[in-house]
Amino acid sequence: MLNLHKDHKNLVLLAFSVFVVLSIGVAILPAYQMQEYQPIPGQKDLTVSERKGLEIYISEGCVACHTQQVRNIEMDKTWGERPSLASDYYYSKQRMDVWRQSPSLLGSERTGPDLTNIGNRQPSDQWHLLHLYNPRLVVEASIMPQYSWLFEKIDTLYLADDAVTLARGITKMEGREVLVATQDALHLVAYLKSLQQFSFENATPSDFIPALPKEQGDNASVIPANKTKGASLYQNNCAACHQSNGRGVKGAFPPLAGSLIVNAKNPETLIKIVLMGYDARAEYGVMPEFADKLTDEEIKAILDHERTNWGNRAPEVPVATITHLRDSISKLSQ
Amino acid sequence: MNVYHLLSFQIKVLNSENWLSSPGVIGTFILAFIVLFLGIFILIKRLNGYVDLLKKNTKNLAEEEFQRRLINLDEKQVDAILNQRKQGFKGEEKQTALLTKTVKNSGFIKKIIDPKNPLFDEKTKSTITIKISNELKEIIVWYLGAAVFWLVFGTLVGQYIGMKFIWPEMDSISWLSFGRLRPVHTNTVFWGWASLAMIGLGHYVVARTSNREIFSYKRSKIAFWLLNLSVVLGNLFLMAGVNNGGGEYREYIWPIMFLFAIGLLITFFNFYKTVATRKISEIYISNWFILASLIWTIVLTVIGYFPDYQNGLGETVIQGYYMHQGVGMWFMTFTLGLVYYFLPSTLNKPIYSYSLGVLAFWTQMLFYTLIGTHHFVFSPLPWWLQTVAIVFSAGMFIPVFAGSTNFLMTMRGSWNHISKSYVLPFFLVGVVFYFVGSVQGSFQAFRYTNYLWHFTDFNVAHSHMTMYGIITFLMWGCMYAILPKITGNEPSQNLVGSHFWLAFIGLIAYMVSLMAGGTLKGLSWIEGNPFIESVILMKNYWVWRAVGGSLMFISHLIFGYNFYLMVRKKNEMLLPLSDDSVLEKQNLHTQSN
Repeated sequence: MLNLHKDHKNLVLLAFSVFVVLSIGVAILPAYQMQEYQPIPGQKDLTVSERKGLEIYISEGCVACHTQQVRNIEMDKTWGERPSLASDYYYSKQRMDVWRQSPSLLGSERTGPDLTNIGNRQPSDQWHLLHLYNPRLVVEASIMPQYSWLFEKIDTLYLADDAVTLARGITKMEGREVLVATQDALHLVAYLKSLQQFSFENATPSDFIPALPKEQGDNASVIPANKTKGASLYQNNCAACHQSNGRGVKGAFPPLAGSLIVNAKNPETLIKIVLMGYDARAEYGVMPEFADKLTDEEIKAILDHERTNWGNRAPEVPVATITHLRDSISKLSQ
Repeated sequence: MNVYHLLSFQIKVLNSENWLSSPGVIGTFILAFIVLFLGIFILIKRLNGYVDLLKKNTKNLAEEEFQRRLINLDEKQVDAILNQRKQGFKGEEKQTALLTKTVKNSGFIKKIIDPKNPLFDEKTKSTITIKISNELKEIIVWYLGAAVFWLVFGTLVGQYIGMKFIWPEMDSISWLSFGRLRPVHTNTVFWGWASLAMIGLGHYVVARTSNREIFSYKRSKIAFWLLNLSVVLGNLFLMAGVNNGGGEYREYIWPIMFLFAIGLLITFFNFYKTVATRKISEIYISNWFILASLIWTIVLTVIGYFPDYQNGLGETVIQGYYMHQGVGMWFMTFTLGLVYYFLPSTLNKPIYSYSLGVLAFWTQMLFYTLIGTHHFVFSPLPWWLQTVAIVFSAGMFIPVFAGSTNFLMTMRGSWNHISKSYVLPFFLVGVVFYFVGSVQGSFQAFRYTNYLWHFTDFNVAHSHMTMYGIITFLMWGCMYAILPKITGNEPSQNLVGSHFWLAFIGLIAYMVSLMAGGTLKGLSWIEGNPFIESVILMKNYWVWRAVGGSLMFISHLIFGYNFYLMVRKKNEMLLPLSDDSVLEKQNLHTQSN
């Protein structure tokens, strides 16, 4: 009938049409379907600056190493409070211009961390700028490229009033020179800070699929587990600025090793700073508040870790103090 | 509901303690061992042949011994030898008689083994020169020459960015930063190296199996310039920071990919017209694969770049579809077409089963098309789409089994040729990787293996296993098989041998280090360790990857030189009845002994 072995026309036509039909079914129709998703009520569009930042994010090829999807599996819990939804991408995944299509933000490699929620994890401008200028200034083991072309060396005499500069000591500037973030750098940071997973109250988000069966009744290893828990919580929440050796970053983030506040017998100030954040010293970046992000037990684990490492010697923090302080803070704010 | 239970059951077993016993992981281990076994097999075959040679020949070929014997010969012995030679010449006059009679001492030297250089065993030379038109030869050399250039350039870039994992501060020039160079590497080896090599070899296969000249060489040249232009421009734009949106293999902006698509369209019509005017009534199976892959890839490019359905996650659906089809419908399909011609022709026997080839063709189309979303398992894409992708990834076993069985059965009975030929090892590695790489890819689509390996460096290992282990090795096999025959120049066998072993060992080092490192990375994530630990633990594996990559790159330089040796113009070539025909006779003669 078709005589495919001898009729080249039929052969090519058949291969062509079956492929087109399959492609419509498996790609084009689902793509149209996915396009119909609406944004979550209350979700914000990108500002002009954030959108410019997104374009830089794409043109520098950040997607080669950073994903932006929280999968519905246990290990991705670190990257967001809930699995990503199609609506999350409503504003960010629009066609960029005539030449360039909608950005491929989901990514396929996680050589660096997922960025779905980086704006919440890392709200400090100074941190982002230093990190872009040279990632190893703030994360010692990082292998991220340095984006030094997003910064300019300028003589302090000609500095504009609104220029955003990097700390001179740590960036090894000599004479009167100082590093100034270009508009591009500021756009990119604006975009990165805008990456915050939108949380909504009234919907029950889908659950994460667990990786480990829940272990119960295994009390024997609680104490050593607590210690390592403190270390890993510290690593996840604090080390980006204060560094895993507790020494901080000169001129950007204060050291915890040998710090009077950390070593104080009475841990109240320390707990308050963790719960409420801190922005009292101009020479350092802003410390975000952790009251909503960490439980009392987690804060205890982190503080105990800080108070017993890097030469620090201070007694353990009782959970009761943290609970008490948290209560009084929330009363104050009411 | 039932489906839900099935899924949740599958998921409950997800647990990092029993990860070793997951079927996908076990399967992958077995596959890795197949590759190691293959390496050992080829090595032992070679060594065996070499040891045999030594046993037979060291005694009477030791130089001094030989000289002593020559000096001590008495007149009678000299006469006897002269007599023998005379008979040898007589034999040449009456070739038919000689073919039936096996004379051990014909008086001619058949094979010279240099006892001072025992490293490489001499391989059979390519004996037949095939007469093809100068235009066809020219086009093939053009395409393959450009392909070789892009291979060297593309892997140089790859090597450079691989080193950046170890020394991230090698440079801070925007044009050379990792994010911009990574797509330069992938796009160059895709659209530059593999595509041009395939189309170049495709010209030969289409013309040969249709018994016709290519429809229009002028069009071939136009396509040649369009394809190359798109790679040059595309790379410049990428390095300047202009890309389409970061989706893998879709980084060139549409005006550039448009040039490429036009090049493909011209090539398609050129090949189609040639096949349409073929002098043989049957369409050889290679042409099925070649024509289909061209038409599929044109459709694919149009779908991939058409903007109407690409906002929001629509783009992600298309991305999964596009990046997988780019590999499956273009590179894999076209290359299979080439192998269906070059493997049997190198072995000088027909393909094992023609109908198995036809089965592989249709299942390739049905199954490959549907599996793109397996790059986005656990993502917010619809669950049904992910499930379809996973199910049909398993379905890919059918075309892969059909194809690799067909090739291996064609090789069966000719295993000894492997140690005698410098072309066959490339084919053998390519075919075994076709099996191993594809099956491993299917395993990786399963939910547990995906849980463990997705987003890790394991993906990079997989893509090199396939694009390098399969496509590139098969391209080399085809090129070494055909170029000496159409140009009459053979490369030095030592160099081909070093090319093969450096590339093969390099690939193994590359693959094993990233597979091991990727697995540890996935386990570290499952354990919930801080992310930076997974970066630190990869350091050594990245060093080994760079070592493997360097070996591969060096082998490409050698290959480039070999290519030059094969295509350079020699003066004798211009004479119609020159040394060549004499050589051919001599070869025939020695063969018959």
